[in-house]
Amino acid sequence: MSNTLILLIVLVIGVLGFFAGRARAMAAAGGDRRNLHSLPNYYGANTALNAIVPAGIALAVWLIVQPFVINNTVSGMIDQEAIAEGSSLGLIMSDVRRVAEGLDVAVAEGAMTEETAADMRTEFTDVRERLAEVGVALGSGVTSETLQAAQRYREMAWTGNWLKTLVVIAISIGGLALTWRLITRDYRARNVVEKGVLSVLILAASIAILTTVGIVFSLIFNTYEFFKLYPAADFFFGLNWSPSFSGRGQSSQLGILPLLWGTLYISLIALLVAVPIGLFSAIYLSEYASKSVRAIAKPMLEVLAGIPTIVYGLFALLTVGPLLVGVFGEGGALGVTWMSGGTAVMTAGLVMGMMLIPFVSSLSDDIINAVPQAMRDGSLGLGATHSETVRKVILPAALPGIVGAILLAASRAIGETMIVVLGAGAAARLSLNPFDAMTTVTAKIVSQLTGDSDFSSPVALVAFALGISLFVVTLGLNIFALYIVRKYREQYE
Amino acid sequence: MTDAATDMPEKAPAQTAHGSLLSESPLMKKRNAAEARFKMYGIVAITFGLAFLIFLTFSILRNGIPAFTHTVVNVEFTLTQEQFDEAESKMLKTAAYTDIFVTNITETFQQDGLDVAFDADTIERLLGKVGGNLREFYRENPDQIGQPVTFELSAASRVERYLQGKLTRDMVVDGRFLEAADLDVVDAMVDAGIIGSAFDWNFITGTDTGVDNPGGAGIGVSVIGSFFMMLIVLLLSLPIGVAASIYLEEFAPKNRWTDLIEVNISNLAAVPSIVFGILGLAVFIQFAHLPQSAPLVGGLVLTLMTLPTIVISTRASLKSVPPSIRDAALGVGASKMQSVFHHVLPLAMPGILTGTIIGLAQALGETAPLLLIGMVGYVAREYPDGIASGLLDPNSAMPAQIYTWAARSDEAFFEKAWGGIIILMIFLLTMNIIAIILRRKFERRW
Repeated sequence: MSNTLILLIVLVIGVLGFFAGRARAMAAAGGDRRNLHSLPNYYGANTALNAIVPAGIALAVWLIVQPFVINNTVSGMIDQEAIAEGSSLGLIMSDVRRVAEGLDVAVAEGAMTEETAADMRTEFTDVRERLAEVGVALGSGVTSETLQAAQRYREMAWTGNWLKTLVVIAISIGGLALTWRLITRDYRARNVVEKGVLSVLILAASIAILTTVGIVFSLIFNTYEFFKLYPAADFFFGLNWSPSFSGRGQSSQLGILPLLWGTLYISLIALLVAVPIGLFSAIYLSEYASKSVRAIAKPMLEVLAGIPTIVYGLFALLTVGPLLVGVFGEGGALGVTWMSGGTAVMTAGLVMGMMLIPFVSSLSDDIINAVPQAMRDGSLGLGATHSETVRKVILPAALPGIVGAILLAASRAIGETMIVVLGAGAAARLSLNPFDAMTTVTAKIVSQLTGDSDFSSPVALVAFALGISLFVVTLGLNIFALYIVRKYREQYE
Repeated sequence: MTDAATDMPEKAPAQTAHGSLLSESPLMKKRNAAEARFKMYGIVAITFGLAFLIFLTFSILRNGIPAFTHTVVNVEFTLTQEQFDEAESKMLKTAAYTDIFVTNITETFQQDGLDVAFDADTIERLLGKVGGNLREFYRENPDQIGQPVTFELSAASRVERYLQGKLTRDMVVDGRFLEAADLDVVDAMVDAGIIGSAFDWNFITGTDTGVDNPGGAGIGVSVIGSFFMMLIVLLLSLPIGVAASIYLEEFAPKNRWTDLIEVNISNLAAVPSIVFGILGLAVFIQFAHLPQSAPLVGGLVLTLMTLPTIVISTRASLKSVPPSIRDAALGVGASKMQSVFHHVLPLAMPGILTGTIIGLAQALGETAPLLLIGMVGYVAREYPDGIASGLLDPNSAMPAQIYTWAARSDEAFFEKAWGGIIILMIFLLTMNIIAIILRRKFERRW
C-alpha cells in the first residue's frame, strides 16, 4: 500500500478519534461541558493527536530503516569473492536495485506475472531482454546471483511494506483507543494538547539550528573530500588559479590567494564609495535635514537596498562598464589605455558601492540618533558650531557603532555574488590596476558549480572549500560587528 | 578635523576685549565657513546617492522599454479564391503563399514608385515564416478570402536593431540571418510607410527561445517558475517562522539553548546567499536527490534564506503587542497558550504579514542560489501542465532568466534582460506597496 494511502488512513482515524474523544468527554460530563476540566474540543484534539502523531513518527522511522535492513540482508547474500575486478559491492547493489525495480515495472505493466518474476532463472530467461521490453534498460547482462538477490530484495520489500502498513495502522488505532479510555471528566486534556503544540513550536525554532548545521556539514564534508585530493597548503597559499577540467585536477592549480585579492580589492573600492557617501548622508539626514527632506530622502536611499542584485549586475555589465571604458579605455575621453574591457574591478566596485550606501547610511543614522541629546546640547551651549558638535562630540561617541556598520557593509560586499559575476570578469590575477578584470571567491564558486560537473573532481569540490572560507570570513566579520554594535547600544541605554 | 576648533582657546584672548556681536571676527568667519562646507558635504553626499538611483532607474527604463515593443510590417493583402486553390494544390504550400506575398508587396512598392528587387528568401530573413502564417490564417478564416486583410507581421530582431541604429550596414556579414542587400528592402518598406511598432505581448506571455531567436523570447514561463517558488516559500516559511518566533518571544526560557537559537538566527540573516545555494546543492540535490532546476528545490533554498527575515519581523510585531493584553487574557482564566493564540497573535498579524511580504519580495529577486541549483542555463520553453509538474519539472525563474539572457553572446538578448528587469521590478514594487498599505492601514500605536 502506498505511503500516501497509509497517511490518509491515519488521518481519517485521527478525525474519527476527534469526534469519539469529544463525544466521550461530553458523555462523561453528563452532557454539560461545565463539568469538564477542559473545553470539549481539547478532548477531541488530544485523541486525534495521539492517533496521528505516534503513527506518523512510526511511518517515518520505518521508511528510513527499512532500506538499510534490506540492503544489509541482501548484500550478505552476495559472495565477496564473486565481486569482479573494478567493481564494488555498492555497484552490484545498485544493479540489484535496478533489476528489482525493473521487475516491479514489468509486473505492474502486466508483462509478467508475480510468480514468473519471483521464480525466473537466468539459466532459462534473458532477463535483460525481458526488462528492455517494458522500457527498463540495464547496463549489462544479469548474473544469476544478481537476479536471486533482486528477487530476495523484492520479497523483503513486499513483506516490509505489508508489515509497515499493519504496524502503522495498529499504532494509530492503539493510540486512539488508549487516549479514548483515559478520558474522564477530570482528565486534563488541554494541558496535554498544549504540551504538544509547544513541542511543535520548539521544533520550528530549531530549524534555524538545523540550517546552520546543514550548511556547516555540507561544507565541511565536501571540503574534506577536496583536501583528500588536493593539498590544503597549496589551496590556502597558492598564487595561481588555473583549473583544468580535463586533467582530473592533476594539472589544476587552485590557489585561493588571487581570488581573495580580487574580493578584497573590489570590496575596498565599494567601501571607498559607500562609506563617505553613506556617512555624510546619515549625518546630514539626522543633524541638518528638515523633517520633509528627511521623509523623502531617507526612503529614497533605502530603495537602493531593496533592488535585487541581478539588477545591479546587469547595470554594471551593460551601463557602467562601457561608460568607464569610454573614459579610461583606448580612445576614451582621457586618452589613456588603462582599461581594455567593460568588466573590471572598478566597474564592480563602483556599482557595489552604490548598493551599499543605504546599509551604511541607515545603520549610521540609527546610531547617530542614539547619541543622547544632552551631549549635543552641552556642546552647542559651550558655543561650538553645529559641525564642530558633530565632529568633536557626536562622531566620537558614535564611532564604535559606525565601525560596526562599516564592518557589516564589508561582510555584505565580500559575500556579494551577482555584481561580481556579471561585472568583474572571470580571469583570476594578482594585479594592482583597478581597471583590470579580476575575479572573486563568490564568482568562482558559481563558475565551478554550474554545469554538469560531477562531485568527485577537485575542480568542482574546490567550490566547497571556497564556500567554507567565505562562510568563515563573513561570519567572523558579522559576529564581531554585531558585538560592537550591541556593546555600543548598551552604553547609552 | 580642522583647525577651527582646536585653535579657539589660544586665539580668544588675543582679540580685542570683546568682539562685537554684529561684526564677524576672522576666526568666526573661518568657523562659519567650515560649518557651511560641512553642510555642503552632506548635501553633496545625498545628491550623489539620489543621482545614482535616478541614473539606475533611467538606464533600466531606457534600455528596457524597447523590449516591450516589436517592429511590425503592416501589409494589406488580398487573396483571391483562385490563388487559394492554386496554392493549396501545390506540393510546397507555404512556399506558394510566400510567393503570392512577394508579388503582392512588390505591387505595393511599385504603387509608391519604389523599385527594389527581392525574393522569398529575403522575406524569410526579414519577416520569418510568412507563408506559414498566411496559410494558417486563411485555412482558419476561409470567409476572408477575396477581401483585403491587414496583416501585422513581426520583423526579425536584426531588422529592429538596424532601424534603431544599433546595427549599421558595414556591420552586416552576409549569412543566413541577414544580407546587406536585404537592408534596401527594409529602407523601401520604411519609405512605403508600412513599418511600424506594436506592443509585444509575446514578451510577457511567451517562452524562452534558443540562442538564435532573440526576437521571440518571452519571460512568461519563468514568471510561472518564480510563482511556484514563492508558493513554496510562503507555505513553508510563514508557518515555521511564526511558530519559531512565538516560541522564542513568548515561551522560551532564558537558557543556553535559546541563546544559541537566537545567535543562530541573527547570523543566518547575514550569511551570503551563495552559501545557501551551496547548501541547497549539497543537501537537496546531492543528498536527497531532488530534481535539478526544479522550482521545489529553489523554493526550499529560498525558504531557508527567508526564515530569518520573517522571524526577526514577527518577533518585533509580537513584542509590540502590549503586555496588558496578555495579562488581561490570563486574568480571565485563559492559559498561556490561549492568550497567545487567541489574543496576541491576531493583534500582531498585520505586522507579520508585512514582514512576510517584504521577505517574499527579497526572495523573489534573489539570484545567486538559483545559479547553483541549475536554474540558469535551462531554457524554459514550455509551460508546466499542472501543480506537480510546476513544482518538479525543470524551470527557470525571473532573475535566473534575466541572468541567462545577459550571459548570452547575442546582444539582442540584452534588451530582453532589461525588459525582464522592468517586469521583476514591477512585481517587487507591487509587493512593497501592498506591504506599506497594510502597515499604514492596520498599524496600531498602543
